[in-house]
Formats: sequence, C-alpha cells, structure tokens
Amino acid sequence: MKTVVMHFVDALVETCWNTLPIIAIILIFQLLIIRKSLPNPFKILIGLVYVVLGITFFLEGLEMALFPLGKLMATQLAAPSFTHVDIASTTVDWFAYTWVYVFAASIGFATTLAEPSLLAVAEKAQQISGGAIQARGLRIAVSFGVAFGITLGVFRIISGFDIYYFMIAGYVVVMLQTIFVPKIIIGLAYDSGGVTTSIVTVPLMTALGLGLAHTVPGRNVMIDGFGLIAFASLYSIIAVLFYAQLAQLAQWWSSRQMSSNF
Amino acid sequence: MFRFHNYLFKRLFNGFLDLAPILVVILIFQIFIVQQPIPDLSKLITGIFFVILGLSLFIQGLEQGLFPIGESMAFAFARKGSVIWLLIFAFCLGFGSSIAEPALIGIADQAALIASQAKIIAVTEQAKHEYALGLRISVALAVGFSILVGVLRIIRGWPVHYLMLLGYIAIGIMTPFAPREIVGIAYDSGGVATSVITVPLVAALGVGLASVIKGRNPLLDGFGLIAFASLMPTIFVMAYGLIL
Repeated sequence: MKTVVMHFVDALVETCWNTLPIIAIILIFQLLIIRKSLPNPFKILIGLVYVVLGITFFLEGLEMALFPLGKLMATQLAAPSFTHVDIASTTVDWFAYTWVYVFAASIGFATTLAEPSLLAVAEKAQQISGGAIQARGLRIAVSFGVAFGITLGVFRIISGFDIYYFMIAGYVVVMLQTIFVPKIIIGLAYDSGGVTTSIVTVPLMTALGLGLAHTVPGRNVMIDGFGLIAFASLYSIIAVLFYAQLAQLAQWWSSRQMSSNF
Repeated sequence: MFRFHNYLFKRLFNGFLDLAPILVVILIFQIFIVQQPIPDLSKLITGIFFVILGLSLFIQGLEQGLFPIGESMAFAFARKGSVIWLLIFAFCLGFGSSIAEPALIGIADQAALIASQAKIIAVTEQAKHEYALGLRISVALAVGFSILVGVLRIIRGWPVHYLMLLGYIAIGIMTPFAPREIVGIAYDSGGVATSVITVPLVAALGVGLASVIKGRNPLLDGFGLIAFASLMPTIFVMAYGLIL
C-alpha cells in the first residue's frame, strides 16, 4: 500500500512539473503584459488542481489499460497460433493477417465517427461552404478515410515496407487535391489531420503498432512499430479534401442539369 | 453540492462515451474472433476507470482554470497590436501547451522504453528519462515555432498551402538522412502534439487574430494553425535524431 501511495505522489509531482510551463506562461503574460488581475483566482486554482490530478490519473490508466489493451489485441490477432503463419519462412504472408486489418479498420472507423472534435470541425465546414458540404457526410467520409489509413498503416507494419514512400505519396496526393478544391476549405481540411487523432485513440494505436511489430516475424519494433497515427492524420486530410471535391462535383452536375432544362 | 455531483457525473459519462467505441470493438473481437480469456482483467478495468476519471477531471479543470484566461488572453494579444509581443506569446503558448499534453507524455515514455530495449540508448532510468524529455522538447519547440509562423501567416495573409508544401518538401528531403529508428516516431509526433490542451488555446488565438485584422474572415483565416503545428514536429524530431 505504501509503495502505491509513493508511486502516485511521484506521478503527481511529475505532472506538476509538466504543467508548470503553460501555467507560468499564462500567469506571467496575464500579470505583466495584460496587467489585469485574475478574474476569479480561487476557481482557477481549483481548476488547476483538477488538471494536475486528471493528467496523473489518465497517465496511470494509460499504462494500466490503454497500452496493454492495444498490445493484447495486436499479439492475439497476429500470434502464429492464430494466423497459422510459418515463423521460419522469410517472406511475409500478409494475407494471413486478415483479422488484424479488420480490427484496425473497425477501430479507426468507430473512434473517428465518435470523435467530438471532428463533429465541431464538420459543423464549421458546413457553415463555411454554405451547406454544400454536409456535416454528417463529411464525418462518415473522414471515418472511412481514417479506417483506410490505419489499415494501410497496419499493412505497412506487417509487410515492413518503408514508411517514407507511403507518406511522400500521400503528401503528393494532398497537394494535387489542393489545386482542385475550393480555396475556402483548404485550411480546415489541413487542420482536421491534427484533430481526428484523439487522446484515447493515440495511445491505443501506438500500442497496436508496437505490438504488431513485436509479434510479426522479422519486424523491428523501433523501425516498423510507429507510424499508425501519421497514417490516420494524413488520410483524414485526404478524406476531407476528397469530400469537398465530391460536393463540388455534385453542385456542378446539378447546375448543369438545371441549365439544360431551360 | 448536489449540482457538483450531478456535474461530475455528466463528465464521467462523457468520458465513458469517448472510450465506448474502442471498448465495443475490442469486446466484439474478444468474444467472437479471438475467443481467449483476457489476462489481468481486474487491472484493465481499474485502468479504464482511471482513464475515464482522469479525462473527466482534466477537461473539467481545463475549462474552469486554463481555457478562460488563455482564450481571453489570446484575444487581448490579437487586439493589442504589438506584433513582437504577439509572436512571443504565440511561441510560448505553443511550447507550454505541448509540453503538458498527456498523450505526448505517454508516447514519449513508450518510445524511450522501446529505444532502451533496442539498445539505442542506455538501459537506465536516467537515459530513458532524458530521451523522452528530449523528444517532448523537440516537439514543443516545433509547435511553438509553427504557431509563431502561423500567426505571421495570418497577419500577412499568406495562403496556408504554401507553408504546408514547404513543410512536406522539408520532410521529404530530411527523411533519407535521419536515422531510421527515429523516422516512425517523427511522423507520429505531429498527430500526438496537437491534442486536448493545444487545439482549443491555439484555435482561440487564430480566430481572435482573424476577427481583429481587417479584411480577414475568422471562419477562413483562423484555420491552418493546427495543420502547421502537426507538421513541424516531424521535422524537429528528425533533427533531434540527427543531433543525438
């Protein structure tokens, strides 16, 4: 019991140090540059205590649940006893890992569809485009995009291909799409890449990737294990741009129909 | 007191909703496909409870303590008109909020653990701590720098895609030279850095700026700050790998 308490106190102290910079920055700028006293200091202080306690609990839970869960799924679904892969073989039989792909796609789709910050972005997009882009359609498109991205990322880990080529190819696609989409949507589309990967998805994805690289024969955890989050971010940008292109096409098509009727 | 309980309860429920899709997918796979007992189940459930409790407290605290001052301050700086102070504030805001990002702390620790298992760094607590801190400082410097450049972009009215193109080209050139062990972490770090603390504070800064400067549309020009902030960490982390 004593060691558990000590461990928790250590973690609390650590979190205090981690949150100190942002708290100090905001306080110093408020008091020295803006030169206004804090509106409600006691309420703010309680808020900061919540922040420190919250981060500490979250990080504990991360180590106890989210990391182990991701790793567990990766090792169980990719275990030689489950996939019947010949461990001695030098070539990777990546068809054997069907369930890993299905799992990756399901997690990507489900978490993105439920992501609150994506909901906010989608509503903004609907507002900006004057209704040409529908919030619900956009969310579904991005969820498919992330599902596809993560599945591709898992394929990369299993096959051991270099992440470099996948990312550069993705960047080229983004830039090509940028030329053709309406200018007003570009900033928002790029932002969505950083927004769709949430605080609970990120650790789970990381653990999944590391677990896979650990279990699949011939993979190096350090070189192959990371990269799933990068795929998810990149493909949500591509999906938003793609959906904007579709909306544009639909609008063009309906206006053509209209004019041909007259 | 009753209201407080009610409120906390709502928070906890929202936290549970965030986790629900993940738990549902994992449960379905465990029951129908893997069909094996889950080891250490009680520890997992305690951990999940900690995650939900932590997230609820954390977000409640942010909305009560940090965000109101941070947001009003972002607006105040945007109005003040001193570009130098605005840029200094932008850098500090980006740096400070990324250092505190919980997901980044978790991932950096995990990367350090793996690096020590792979014998890339020494197998001591000290070496792991330094490696994780180095990663986080590189990411935070990158986010600070990109918020600074992003603010300049909004002031000058540069199109966001030119900056992104430059970033992509820089990553394309740097990757072949960076050590292979750092490349994966570098690409991931962008998506990790922009999360619960950084996004709302930075968004407030962007929207505040775009609504103050003449001829800017807050709906349009406020966007793009996060995008650049999730690209630059890749470059900075690869640079950290080169220096190391």
